[in-house]
Formats: sequence, C-alpha cells, structure tokens
Amino acid sequence: MRTLRRLIRDRSALLGLIIVALLVLAAVFAWPLATFPQDVTNYDPPHRLLPPGSIYWLGTDRMGADIYSRLLFGARITILIAVTATTVAVLIGVPMGLVAGYYNNRLSDLLMRISDVFLAVPQIVLAIAIAQTLGPAIQNVILALSITYWPFWARLVYAETRSLRNEVFIEAAIALGASPLRVMALHVLPSIASSVIVRTTIGMGGTILVAAALGFLGLGPPPPTPEWGRMIAESRGFLPQAWWYAAAPGIAILLVVMGFNLLGDGLRDVLDPRLRRGGADAS
Amino acid sequence: MVARRIMWMPPTLFGLVLIVFAISHVIRSDPARVMAGENAPAEQVQALRHKYGLDLPLPQQFLRYVGDSATGNMGTSLFTQRPVAEDLWSRLPATLELALYAIVIAVVAGVPLGVVAALRRNSLLDHVVRLATVTGLAMAAFWLAILLQLTFSMWLGVTPVQGRIDGWGPDPITGFYTIDAVLRGDWETFGQSLRYLALPMLTLALPAMATIVRFTRAGVLNVMSSNFVFYQTAMGIPRRRVVWKYILRSALIGTLTQIGLIFGNLIAGAVVVETVFDWPGLGSFAVNSILQSDYNAIMSFTLFVGVVFILVNLLVDVAQAVLDPRGR
Repeated sequence: MRTLRRLIRDRSALLGLIIVALLVLAAVFAWPLATFPQDVTNYDPPHRLLPPGSIYWLGTDRMGADIYSRLLFGARITILIAVTATTVAVLIGVPMGLVAGYYNNRLSDLLMRISDVFLAVPQIVLAIAIAQTLGPAIQNVILALSITYWPFWARLVYAETRSLRNEVFIEAAIALGASPLRVMALHVLPSIASSVIVRTTIGMGGTILVAAALGFLGLGPPPPTPEWGRMIAESRGFLPQAWWYAAAPGIAILLVVMGFNLLGDGLRDVLDPRLRRGGADAS
Repeated sequence: MVARRIMWMPPTLFGLVLIVFAISHVIRSDPARVMAGENAPAEQVQALRHKYGLDLPLPQQFLRYVGDSATGNMGTSLFTQRPVAEDLWSRLPATLELALYAIVIAVVAGVPLGVVAALRRNSLLDHVVRLATVTGLAMAAFWLAILLQLTFSMWLGVTPVQGRIDGWGPDPITGFYTIDAVLRGDWETFGQSLRYLALPMLTLALPAMATIVRFTRAGVLNVMSSNFVFYQTAMGIPRRRVVWKYILRSALIGTLTQIGLIFGNLIAGAVVVETVFDWPGLGSFAVNSILQSDYNAIMSFTLFVGVVFILVNLLVDVAQAVLDPRGR
C-alpha cells in the first residue's frame, strides 16, 4: 500500500501506471469499447482507407475495417505475447540465476556461460532466426521471445544472489539447518524480488517492441489478426495518402512501451532506494 | 580481465554455432523438404538430403557444420544461388557506413546534451531532454523510419524515398560511398549519397542518442558528487575545466560500456530500417531471406552478426581497460 502511494506521488511513474492500466482495460473490454467490434477482420471494400472522422475515429484500413477497433483487439495480442513471453523468461531465468548464484561452483559457471552465449547475439536477430524457423504464429513469437530473453533475468538474479550469499541472515538460516531449496525460496528470493519486478516491468516494454518488429517483418501472427506491427507493415503500400493507417498503431506501440518504461523507472525509485533516478544505473 | 574475455571467446563462439545449428537442424525437422518445395517427389527430396548431408546422424552433421563455419563456408543461398558468405561480405560496407555515421552522430550530439542536462538538473532543458529520451527509447525503429520517410521524403520532398544512390555507386575503394566519393574527388556523388544517408542514419541515431544521453547524464551526476571533484573545485580549478575535462572523462567510462549494447541495437534497428529505406545492407539481406524462406542465409546472418557482436564487445572491454585505471 505504501509502495503504491509513493508510486502515485511520482508524476511520471503515475503516468506509466495509468497507461499500463488503460492497456489492460482496452484489452479486457475490447468488445464493448470498440465502435465496430464485429468488423475487425471483415472485408468491406466501400469503406476502404477512409480518413479519421466522427464515424471511424482513427480511419479505416485497406480492408475497410475500423482502425480504432482493430487497435483495441490488437492490445489483447500485445498483452498476451508480452505477458506470456516474459513469464516464461522469468520462470527459466530466475531459478537458473538462483541456483548458479547460490552454489557458485562449476555448474554456476556453465549456466552463466550459456546465458552469455544467448546474450552474444542481439535479441531481435535471434528471435528472427527462431520465429522464421518455426513459422508465423502467435505461439512461435512467444517461444522465440522467451528463448531470447531469459538470460537477462538469469544474469540479474545470479548477481543479486551472489551478493546476498554471505549476508548474516542467509548464513543464519543455513546454520539453523534450512535446506538449500528453503533458503533460496524463503530467504533469497524475497530479498531480490524487487529488482526482479523492476526488470520484468522494463522487460515488458522491450518484449513488446521486438514482438512488433517481428510482426512488421511478417513473422508474427498471420493476417487478419490485428497485430500492431503488421498493421504498420500493411500501411506502407498506401502512403503518403493514408498517413493515419501508419500513425495510429505506431502511437499505440509508443505509448504502451513508454508506459512500461516509466512504471519500471518509478518502481525502481520506490522499491530500491539504493538506485534513485539519476544514480549510477540508468538502464 | 581482457585476457579472460579473449580466453572465453572460442567457447562462446562454439556455443553460438551450437545454438544456430540447433535452430536450423533440430527445430526445423526437414530442411530438404522446404528446399525442394511442397510438392516435390520423394526421390528429389531424398537426393537433396544426401547432397547436403542431411541424412547423416545429427552429431556428424554438427561436426560438418562447425568445420564449415570455421572455414567461412556458410553454404549457398537457396535463392540467389551464390555463396552466402560472399553475399554477406558484399553487403557489409553499406550497413557499416550507416551504423558508423549513426553512432558518430549519437555520440557527438548525445554526450554534450547529457552533460548539460546533468549540470542543469531539473531545469526546463533537463525535462525536455528527459521527455525526448523516454520517447526515443519507446519508439519502434521501423515506425520512426516510416514517419521520417513520410514527412521528409513524401510530404516535403527534401530527401530520396529509398535506396543508397542514383544508378551505380562510385568505384569501390572502401565500399563506403561517401568516403569513396571524396577519395575520387566526386563531390556530386558525395552530396547525393549524403542525402540518401540522412534519413536511415537519423532513424538509427535517435534511439542510440537517447541511450547515450541517459548514461552520460547519470554518469556526470554520479561523478559530480565525488570527492575528487569537490577537491578540484576547492583547489580553484575553473569550473569549465573540471566539468569538460575531469568529470567528462570519468563519466564517459560508464557510457563506453553501453557502446556494445548500442551497437547491438543498431544492428537490430538496421534489420527493419534498411527494409523501410531499401538500403542494400545486411539487414535488408536478412529480411529478403525471411521473405523467401531462405533459412540457410538467415542462419548465416545470425552467426555473422553474433561474431561481429562478440568482437565489438571485446573491443569495448579493451578500450575500457585502457581508459579506466581501476581495470588494469
């Protein structure tokens, strides 16, 4: 509760929180909020490429579908991809980092080397290779993102766990006979949870950007799925006349990614007083 | 530290080859079927399988793959029928020219902005810079590219829409059109290649600049509160000199570590930005390969970028060790 109150007092963090909340609302209530929910994937030639106005708030696309309604349904896809991919990456990366950091032996070295190899290629390049191999589908985008993003959490948790390893309260728990699993789950994990939460929030923004790029390159869910990146790719054939077609989904991506980044920065300030904004770490 | 990094390079490269091999040979179950086409007769698929050694057991295939990659043999593009390594090499200068200009602009504009934002913390300028960096980091590169293209090429008509040059480029010396044009004294070609460069370069430079501004600002703020700055100020060393010489040097070490990350972002950005501007570099090569399901080319591209990326990170480590006396 106190965390929330302090978060709200920070203006930019509050803005981030509002944007993320709006995204969730848009995704959940896409059907009632949309002006033409039934026509999102329909073909309606007479209403093709109409500019924004009182009927079609953000104009229509090449199929004659309402872009505003498509954006709302696209929010579902964005959330689905970002949340699932990030969750899988956290579920792989956090236990790996915990084990590697707790034991600090040969196995730790091996695990961290593996994560280094994954970090040796820019994320989007590896994601492209995987998504291309698996074929364009939403579950393949999720898989590609999970495989490319887990090392970030493994690295973070490894570093944090190692720095906690010699703290008195951890040694005390071990001395009292707690099993390694118990120490990791009940003593180490709660202490590093805040950094994991911050990293996850900012990671969501990154995942959304890469997912949109995959969609733009035609590796995302196939049409007529209202995926934001693909919508921008489709608009390119109708520029410069249909500028709204390219502008609307791009602004949606911009706002959502900005929302997660601002929220992440705000959470860092609130949860981790060591790293106030403007401190040494600005990533 | 650097020696350790160099020692770890071969295993990292080996791991990279292993990952790319796993993606191309294990996940994708039947490349021969894809090469031959959907409706190819079974004998033809079998012949292809034999030709590329795809009927061998996986470990044996892997050894072949490692041997080929180590000797620079990346196979033949299924589409252009040319060796992939040749295609990649011929497209490397275009991407490098783009990336180098982008990184120079990002550093030249980003570092001073970061310093000034830190010196005037919480001023209007600081807030504007902060808003700009937050926006720059949240923008999808391909969207920014389209936005710039729409505004400057289509509406204002001041820059070309797509491409790298009218007709053929200058006779290659370095492969960089701008430098080649200057070396040959062809100023018209030089001006033209700059006009073609402007938008793709700007698209790549803006997000990189955002990262540099952020880290420089954070670094300067951090150093400003340290004892040695306090001491120098007390000694009466002029403020200007303290800031632009001593503070900047310490702050830049932190920014330098980000160059590796920024370079990765540039390559990632190049993939989509080159597509939008039809820039004949590595990125558009990768995207064309995607469109043609030329998986051999995509895997080679992944491997190639990985190797370049590892080398860049190594260089950054070396540079940092040279600049930062604590790392010695």
